[in-house]
Amino acid sequence: MIDRPSDQKGLQRQSIDWALIGTYMVLILIGWLNIYASIHSAETHTILDWGNRAGKQFVWILTAFGLAGIILFLIPPTWWEGLSIPFYLFVLGLLVLVIFVSSDVKGSHSWFNLGPIRFQPAEISKISTSLLLAFVMSQQSFRMTRLKDFAMVCAIIGLPMLVIVAESETGSALVYTGFIFMLYREGLSGWWLGAIGLIIALFISTLTMGAFWACILLITVLVLCTAIMSKETWHRLLWGWGFVGVMAFIPRVWGWVCQAVSAHLNWITERAWVPRAGETQEYFWSFLLDVKPLYLLLGISFILLPLLAWHAYQKRDRFLAICLGVFLGGVLLVFSTDYIFQEVLQPHQRGRIEVLLGLKEDLAGVGYNVNQSKIAIGSGGFFGKGYLHGTQTTFGFVPEQSTDFIFCTVGEEWGFLGCLLVIGLYVFLIARIVRDAEQCRGRFTRIYGYCVAACIFMHLFINVGMTVGLMPVIGIPLPLLSYGGSSLWAFTILIFIFLALYRDEKKYF
Amino acid sequence: MIRDGRHIRLLIGLGVAALLLLGKIFSLQMLDSRYKEDANRNSTVRETIYPTRGVIYDRNGHILVGNKVAYDILVSPREVKEFDTLALAAVLQVDTAFIRNKMEEYRRRRSAIGFQSVTMIRAIPAETYMRFDEVKYKFPGFKGQVRGIRDYPVNAGGNLLGYVSEVNKAYMDKHPGEYQSGDYAGMTGIEAAREAELRGQKGYHVYLRNSRNQIEQPYKDGAEDKEAVPGLNIVTTIDASLQQYGQELMQNKVGSVVAIEPSTGEILALVSSPGIDVGQLADIGKYWNEISQNPYKPMYNRAVQASYPPGSVFKLVNGLIGLQEGVLRPEMMYPCSKGYHFGAGHKLGCHAHKSPINMEESIMMSCNAYYCYVLKNILDQRKYGNVADGLDHWREMVMSFGFGRKLESDFPAELSGSIPSSKTYNRAYGKGRWNSTTVISLSIGQGEILATPMHLANLCATLANRGHYYIPHIIKESEGVSIDPRFKERQYTLVDTLHFPKVIHGMWRAVNSGAGMGGTAWIAHVDSLDICGKTGTAQNPRGADNSVFICFAPMDHPQIAIAAYVENGGFGAAYAAPIASLMVEKYLKGRCSRPALEQRMKEANLMSRVKHD
Repeated sequence: MIDRPSDQKGLQRQSIDWALIGTYMVLILIGWLNIYASIHSAETHTILDWGNRAGKQFVWILTAFGLAGIILFLIPPTWWEGLSIPFYLFVLGLLVLVIFVSSDVKGSHSWFNLGPIRFQPAEISKISTSLLLAFVMSQQSFRMTRLKDFAMVCAIIGLPMLVIVAESETGSALVYTGFIFMLYREGLSGWWLGAIGLIIALFISTLTMGAFWACILLITVLVLCTAIMSKETWHRLLWGWGFVGVMAFIPRVWGWVCQAVSAHLNWITERAWVPRAGETQEYFWSFLLDVKPLYLLLGISFILLPLLAWHAYQKRDRFLAICLGVFLGGVLLVFSTDYIFQEVLQPHQRGRIEVLLGLKEDLAGVGYNVNQSKIAIGSGGFFGKGYLHGTQTTFGFVPEQSTDFIFCTVGEEWGFLGCLLVIGLYVFLIARIVRDAEQCRGRFTRIYGYCVAACIFMHLFINVGMTVGLMPVIGIPLPLLSYGGSSLWAFTILIFIFLALYRDEKKYF
Repeated sequence: MIRDGRHIRLLIGLGVAALLLLGKIFSLQMLDSRYKEDANRNSTVRETIYPTRGVIYDRNGHILVGNKVAYDILVSPREVKEFDTLALAAVLQVDTAFIRNKMEEYRRRRSAIGFQSVTMIRAIPAETYMRFDEVKYKFPGFKGQVRGIRDYPVNAGGNLLGYVSEVNKAYMDKHPGEYQSGDYAGMTGIEAAREAELRGQKGYHVYLRNSRNQIEQPYKDGAEDKEAVPGLNIVTTIDASLQQYGQELMQNKVGSVVAIEPSTGEILALVSSPGIDVGQLADIGKYWNEISQNPYKPMYNRAVQASYPPGSVFKLVNGLIGLQEGVLRPEMMYPCSKGYHFGAGHKLGCHAHKSPINMEESIMMSCNAYYCYVLKNILDQRKYGNVADGLDHWREMVMSFGFGRKLESDFPAELSGSIPSSKTYNRAYGKGRWNSTTVISLSIGQGEILATPMHLANLCATLANRGHYYIPHIIKESEGVSIDPRFKERQYTLVDTLHFPKVIHGMWRAVNSGAGMGGTAWIAHVDSLDICGKTGTAQNPRGADNSVFICFAPMDHPQIAIAAYVENGGFGAAYAAPIASLMVEKYLKGRCSRPALEQRMKEANLMSRVKHD
């Protein structure tokens, strides 16, 4: 420990990031005002009435401030490192326990019912996972590239994810994928990010455009990647994209072939060929009608595959070999997409994705929320309708409005300016956390800070994306804005542990 | 250092993601006007104005179906405060449990209902509503909405008129876009057939509400409002008093009476018994179980939906075809020894009357044997080569009278009956393995012939017109209501007009020869009316014979042609003839000269004779 000179005490006091705390408080205030706006006409209460959600939220806010103070001033920041392992195990235990003792809330088993208070351990598990990740990854011996360490990280993230999925809270589990951004910062290869993007793109394109075009997309992307990573860039681009370009015409050309075949078939059956007894009506060329363009594409590709593999071996081009592997995996994914979509996903999840991708319009059913939410936001215009003057949000057209769809109220009453403000505040909050984390010397604080930023980002993007129809309907709250104590407390703890760590960090300077 | 660059890349990624969200928000809020329109639609309140449904008149301008005021009780659950359930139940005359259940249901559906009003009780009478109106202030959130319901001033033509009820899901699916839940529509009878004219068009007032759900002003100063257009009135061809009289005569009997004005084909009365009382029509929901469980099926319109063997009235058709084919001349005499003997000991029986007889007398006395000769002669004509061709030719002529097919009247759910062809018998006996004696019961309207009472009434109108008919119909042309031109066209039979007078004279003699002279329908005689009629006694495999009678009057310039069919009534003269005769008299003279007969008919109860499945 470095001795702390007495003249640095002033510096220490300043080292609390007040800008961050200010942003945090402004966001909470905006949330509180909007919660009131979303319920004010249904019940004629004032904003501080304990009987309504705005009043209750006020109590949550006060207690959250209390928590923040405790974390910031009473708990020594150095405890968190040591606490991370027991805390993680304790929360994991809670996550498992809640499956068995919880009551069913809209199909999910993730809430503890403690009298008047309900609480969701999944919210806390973000904190415990972040802490443990920071602890494990900040060890001197930790190497991301070592398989054992990498597997450890995957397990730390994966365990709570699995349990949360088992609680039927798939949305909350999705947030954990955001930790990949932190891993990227800590040295994970950028190709992993690309691979996840590719998987999502393949999944969506298979559903919307069909397997053939998904495969074309896969080949196009892989050609681009190998070309960039190799010295013979232009050569590969020319050959690879030339191949893709030719293949893109297969469906049309094959259409003509099939047309000709069936025309010939008709001609034969109608005019020339009268079957005698015992003769079958088989026609030699009719098998062509069963061949789909996709089979042709894959057939040709698989003939080329060994040639390319040989080429990769000769040139010692490891990246090309990996690309070929990715191609095989990608094709496998394309072919299993339908299975995943139909069998693995639950009907409501399938419906939400179908609505998002425009595969079906179901304004009365699955698409109702999103459509009403879009109407509310869309009707806000540039300046909005004015606080408490929204019509969509206050008539209860948008369900779950003070919780998951709180952003609708912002969009309708505050307009584009309000959305700009709120999203701007979030971006500032996240960027500020990233900046602060980068300034830290200790890996623990930095990694933890990235975890916090990633969680907030995932919540923001999924939640706002859902209300505007960019993401499927995934029921997770908007951090600090949505009604609900569990979520507010969790994000408060998440952020203020970071603030406390950051404040402690400053002592090194 | 790569790692130093990484946080910059991540921040750029954050910026891109934020721009993506903001871009989407911008396109929703600034570029796409669809959502603003949808929002307006969401925040406007439409108050529906229901049109009054068209009135249904009889041919003389009497109202058959009118409208009266009733009220729906609407609830806006969000506006309801605590209230005295007992008091509300008492004033609305419903169970407290009913109100509790409804409120519980609204509480469960509260997110779906939102700020809308829902209908709690439909069509309460005006008196009940007035009582509610006085204490309405005690029940915030509850209000009444005027709603016309059907009113029936006379008890005439229950299932002819049909009933009106609230549309259900299936009905709305069948008429996409036309109805909304809470609308009413005609479900059967004229109400259903003329739904398009009767229903009118709904109107609405559009109001804008503010964010506190208060109605602020008419939306766009009422520019989007629409007045309701009342439904068109329908004038039917029914004579209300005749219809009512027919229903009274047919009470406690199963069967039907169809009366037609021969010169136009207009249906004057169409009685199907047992039928539905108009009191039941007005509140069909309450009586629905009772009606649908009634073994006599009152919803079933026997006049057009029941196919029976026509019995002896069909002899008229065979006689006319015989005359047209030239195989029968009016003066030809045939013997009858209590029936027609054919083959080895086969006999088609007949009742006791003098023998031999000519054609007029055969109609008057309804001789079976005579028509066996006639049909045999028609079918076995040498020009046809074989009996199959003869039968098909005979069938063609029979069908020209409207038998064996739908008459295409404007009445829904008409049945076609059936007339056998050679194929029918080829199937049953094999080709070439049957002859004219096989099918001999066709001569007297038995066997494979089926006709509806409407067919018989149409036959009677054809006879009255001496060879043509107008398609029977029930809607008169009136302002805004057009009828199909087919109802104005004469439909000719394949029998020439000149053959009709002799047959008609036979029918006149059947009624007007006086008791004891052998005329089968003397009971139908009314002085100075010149009724021409023909009885029928159709075999009924389930119990006693069916009593059948057709008649028209007066003989010259006929004004009414009527067919009566009474199931298990016995001889044609037993019930069908008196009922038809009384109705003819009522229609032509407006009074009844035979109160004893009338009373006997009204009081007769044949229900115990009727066997049902």
